[in-house]
Amino acid sequence: MGIFNRVKRKLPVVGGGSGSPSTPPGAKAQPGPARPQAATPPPRPASAAPAGGRGDKAVDEFLAEFVQSKPVVLFMKGSPQMPMCGFSANAAGILLSYGVDLASFDVLSDPEVRQGIKDFSQWPTIPQIYIGGEFVGGSDILMQMHQSGELKEMLDELAAG
Amino acid sequence: MGPLATRIHTALHRELAAEHIELVDESHMHSGPAAETHFNLVVVSETFDGKRLVARQRLVYGALAAELRDGVHALTMKTLTPAEFSAAAGPVANVSPACRGGSKAD
Repeated sequence: MGIFNRVKRKLPVVGGGSGSPSTPPGAKAQPGPARPQAATPPPRPASAAPAGGRGDKAVDEFLAEFVQSKPVVLFMKGSPQMPMCGFSANAAGILLSYGVDLASFDVLSDPEVRQGIKDFSQWPTIPQIYIGGEFVGGSDILMQMHQSGELKEMLDELAAG
Repeated sequence: MGPLATRIHTALHRELAAEHIELVDESHMHSGPAAETHFNLVVVSETFDGKRLVARQRLVYGALAAELRDGVHALTMKTLTPAEFSAAAGPVANVSPACRGGSKAD
């Protein structure tokens, strides 16, 4: 399985992506004079993802990269820490219980991603889960795979490479 | 039964030859006063045989495309073959989570 290599190559795609629509870190927090455009720009902190986590990327391009950005990727309403929908909360809770390396995206922060992921996956509802870059399903399926042991198997397999 | 629930029954019988349907309107558990927005579904059909969960659920979404467009915002479901359904002990429906307020349209 080349997923981890693929992940490594594309590592700094987005910094978590679970950000709310609020101001990105660093954007407003410096009341001082604007930073001069020095020849050596200061290193960008990993959390300084562009607003909404997508930046200028076209939605399809962003989604194709984002679903590969971590072994487990979750599109949800809200964040794992503050879910805005019961089904999203269930999905995040299940995935967190396995201690997996998870990238989540809050679809409420980006209407184009909210619609785009439905077209991308051909799946009409949120949340959506990708494992190893492959579409797995929504919260009902994740729950059933959790209960049957299939999810543990899949995650073990992925971790074993 | 409300008009959307009636349509869901009809579509599942017609498109999937459903042998058994359990459909509960759970809209009262969610934001706003609207009815027929959130449903909990159990559907039993031979067409699910040999198909994975994603494929089964896609069949249901396909059969209910018009209903999803016309106001069904959330649909939690169990998809079973007749053999799986008769082997199941006790109720098979999903237990729906409490709403967290971020609802609307999916």
